[in-house]
Amino acid sequence: MRYMPHTAGERAEMLGKIGVGSIDDLFADIPKEARLDDLLKLPLHASEMEVEKNFRTLASKNLSPYSTPCFLGAGAYQHHIPSVADHIIQRSEFLTAYTPYQPEISQGTLQALFEFQTQVALITGMEVANASMYDGATSCAESILMACRVTRRKKAILSGNLHPHYRETARTALQFTEFSASELPPVVEGAEAFDEYISEEIACVVVQNPDFFGRLQDLTSLAEKCHAVGALLVVVVNEVVSLGAVMSPGEMGADIVAGEGQSIGVPLSFGGPYVGLLATRQKFVRQMPGRLCGQTVDQDGQRGFVLTLSTREQHIRREKATSNICTNAGLCSLAFTIHMSLLGEVGFTKLAKLNHGEAVSAAEALEEIEGVEVVNASFFNEFTLRLPKNAADVVEKLAAKGVLGGVPVSRLIPDQPELENLLLVAVTETCSTADLEKLVSSLKEVL
Amino acid sequence: MLNKQGRPTQPSSPNAGNSDMEFETYTGNKALELETPLIFEQGVAGRIGVDMAEPKAVKSRLGGIERKDSIGLPDMSEPQVLRHFVRLSRQNYSIDSGFYPLGSCTMKHNPRINEKVARLAGLGDLHPLQPVSTVQGALELIDSLAHWLKTITGMPAVAMSPAAGAHGELCGVMAIRAAHEAKGQARVRILVPESAHGTNPATAALCGYKVEAVPASKNGRMDLDAFAKKLGPDVAGVMLTNPNTCGLFENDIKKIADMIHEIGGYFYCDGANLNAILGRVRPGDLGVDAMHINLHKTFSTPHGGGGPGSGPVVLSEALAPYAPVPIVTHGVDGYDLTEHVTGDTARSFGRMKAFHGQMGMFIRALAYMQSHGADGLRQIAEDAVLNANYIRVGLQDQLHSPFKGVCMHEALFDDGSLKGTGVTTLDLAKAMIDEGFHPMTMYFPLVVHGAMLIEPTESESRQTLDQFIGTMKHLLAKAHANEEDYFHGAPYFAPRRRLDETGAARNPVLRWSPPAADTSDVDVTFSAAS
Amino acid sequence: MTIKFTKDHEWVLLEGDVATIGISDYAQDQLGDVVFVEVPEVGADLSKGDEIAVVESVKAASEVYTPVSGEVIEINNDLEETPTLVNEDPLGGGWFARIKITDSTELADLLDEEGYKAFVEGLD
Repeated sequence: MRYMPHTAGERAEMLGKIGVGSIDDLFADIPKEARLDDLLKLPLHASEMEVEKNFRTLASKNLSPYSTPCFLGAGAYQHHIPSVADHIIQRSEFLTAYTPYQPEISQGTLQALFEFQTQVALITGMEVANASMYDGATSCAESILMACRVTRRKKAILSGNLHPHYRETARTALQFTEFSASELPPVVEGAEAFDEYISEEIACVVVQNPDFFGRLQDLTSLAEKCHAVGALLVVVVNEVVSLGAVMSPGEMGADIVAGEGQSIGVPLSFGGPYVGLLATRQKFVRQMPGRLCGQTVDQDGQRGFVLTLSTREQHIRREKATSNICTNAGLCSLAFTIHMSLLGEVGFTKLAKLNHGEAVSAAEALEEIEGVEVVNASFFNEFTLRLPKNAADVVEKLAAKGVLGGVPVSRLIPDQPELENLLLVAVTETCSTADLEKLVSSLKEVL
Repeated sequence: MLNKQGRPTQPSSPNAGNSDMEFETYTGNKALELETPLIFEQGVAGRIGVDMAEPKAVKSRLGGIERKDSIGLPDMSEPQVLRHFVRLSRQNYSIDSGFYPLGSCTMKHNPRINEKVARLAGLGDLHPLQPVSTVQGALELIDSLAHWLKTITGMPAVAMSPAAGAHGELCGVMAIRAAHEAKGQARVRILVPESAHGTNPATAALCGYKVEAVPASKNGRMDLDAFAKKLGPDVAGVMLTNPNTCGLFENDIKKIADMIHEIGGYFYCDGANLNAILGRVRPGDLGVDAMHINLHKTFSTPHGGGGPGSGPVVLSEALAPYAPVPIVTHGVDGYDLTEHVTGDTARSFGRMKAFHGQMGMFIRALAYMQSHGADGLRQIAEDAVLNANYIRVGLQDQLHSPFKGVCMHEALFDDGSLKGTGVTTLDLAKAMIDEGFHPMTMYFPLVVHGAMLIEPTESESRQTLDQFIGTMKHLLAKAHANEEDYFHGAPYFAPRRRLDETGAARNPVLRWSPPAADTSDVDVTFSAAS
Repeated sequence: MTIKFTKDHEWVLLEGDVATIGISDYAQDQLGDVVFVEVPEVGADLSKGDEIAVVESVKAASEVYTPVSGEVIEINNDLEETPTLVNEDPLGGGWFARIKITDSTELADLLDEEGYKAFVEGLD
């Protein structure tokens, strides 16, 4: 077997040195009746060539969105990933290092994390960010728990236009704690009314911008209302490219920003692994979950980086930790940092404008189709269409024509007849004019 | 004419560069060891690292919240960014470059075929919300991985979505709580051995349980009498790592399972150390109700400097109905996905993250399993355990073992043999860095003083193990030869010497900030790669 | 106005019905470099044995439990900026909080300075 170096002779010699007669002697602590004598009922080992073939076969049974017009979003977005990003994350020293527990020989990972934290703080308009969470949904749930700790209150208000998976993840995370969340119903048209729910009882209001339907809002007055009662505003951003074009959550008064960073450098990969962003104000830093990298100096006075404020974390605080999280999204956060470094100020803002421009022209073209209406007045690169027919059926028919035309709202919010004809359409820089023409013509055919 | 041109081909006189000279360079670089400033100190306005089309001139539909301020990101070219991160990479130790015996972390070889197949078009680039008719291969892959995991563990069900080991623990304990609640039982305590990973008590607390620690016995296993005394009708379950964090198999595990089941509780097994028992015993045959599997440990998906992980959880018949959504099912037209808590999944405790789980890790783990097969998986456990015992015996005259007898996949020592030398476990670890090894896990588990937990894994050759053992013997002899100061100063040859962690925690600097405004007219940019 | 100690290494200084609470020199030495101290909120009602502070070093977090019951009337705000006070002046500037006590008999069981000194010497 190519991955294991010992020869039969070496194994025998090593057993001799250890002073046991056979390998079975080393497994003697396993209860006799549970020991396996035979091999598991699974195939035997395979060559690299065979394995590759198996996966090519599996891949051939899927439709790659990069080989066909694709307008899917709803929390995961198709963007171009620069080749440098994927090359660097495959460098042995990044790919096959563990968590940087020995900072003297982990400065590569640590400095990159420090750069990541700074980039995330800058784009969200916040003071500090952590070294990443599993994904946007878990980051959102952790933000609610954090807001409860900061305010010493027990109740959160969740916008009805928060991504349904994020709502479900938060509901799941809170269900066995002393904290709870009130979930408002989705509002497809018009503004959501929070006023009656905002009181001195609540720890935070959680809103998404752009929201699940794609709509953008100025959250400044909502932030003020929260602050007036001592509550926090948690802003969720699951399309981070939008931050290149719109006011940052920090500028609008957010106290915690929970984000999904997949759009920058991380492949779609059928939903994971992604990279959760969590940014906040410096004064709340000791209530943050997850790893934090900080700057310091070494014995010779040279600048260096370490994991810091670990007393918040499970390996020290155990049952009193801010979270049970241990792993972060290390390599995905590195991909994010590299892609963002390549973009820079000029590239990031341009990418955002490019996305918005494509989306606006797509919306204009789709609105021309009879019976099709763009529901939301404002959007970044994703908007909601109201179709004259059931959106899930339309999506199936489009797929049969090789067009991934959008995400039916009913896939995420089922059993609500008034939402059945709604279709989320995302348009990024990867969509060509021909892709859009194909969507328009196919849609006309199936409607 | 004689041709005397060309370069000298021998070193110059032996007096050149005395050994007591201070070697300093103008740049701060040392040959292949190259420094690189933060990206924020390297940017030059106007540079760009990604070319793209010009945005269309459209009427903005941003709802009046256009960004007006600049963000402050540095602008860099592609070669500059590439060089920056290549330089950074070289300041990292990695399993590809050397021995990484970090106990409890299973730092094994990361095969590159796994990376290759994870990037195939049609696998790595799928959108999670494509119609299921267009992702039949992806669902088949998840189902296939689930089959391997269930077969390896002897368990009937598996929840695939947890994103990491600790997330898997949360999944398992939530399933336990949901099962108790379904029976109308409000149990309040979870028992956790003192030697457990910190994630165990943290997870139990997140599920609203009171955590009670069970002490270890003299032989490094959970103290059965203490455990029995803590059992009662209000105990929801026990969280036990097996093999445990001392590297030992809990030989009373079946008795423990019976005892917890007798009082109506459930048995959560922390599967961090599954590598040691692959193909030799199935947790399902030991009475386990839930166990997470760290795909990034046992099944070699790369650690990536701290993630991403993946932590599927195998479940017993009793807990399976409470598994989180989504669930891959076999429909009439092929594979299907159940994404909501309804119908067949009505008892599910909910959803743990967006979408369907860490697909990128599933692909790599399945490729790893297929490469090994049933025969290779068993060989993994055997060689991992063989290697750990080889180290245990190789160092038994120099280092003190707190527990006698054979170990499983990792060898545990305490700092007893360092007593009186003035050298601590930390000092020894730092000296190992200079010798080109990544240190072992230190000061964990907490039940052992100055713990050193060494996990070699099956990937290492006998030659590497011999070199490691030889190095440890050398360093320990040095420690006993009154060279305390040498150890306190180590490492000497790493990219950084010891770092001031106290200063970092007292005055946290968690991001770069622009220099003070008075330098605005001065060009402070210094770029390593411009 | 005498200082008293607990076997958990806290000290209490009673002036009238106000008790000032901190940790001993021995305790700060054992903890090492203190990097952060979490103190209670003014107005908090604490019972004997409740957590009154968390003292953090780089590698550990130690809970401090109040030896007396009462209402927190003042906290040491200097600790936020200068947690090193706990190391440098544990019995003075490194105090955590002042409590208006409700039951002075709770102090009866505590050690006096001599008794505490003897207790600490017996520890190692």
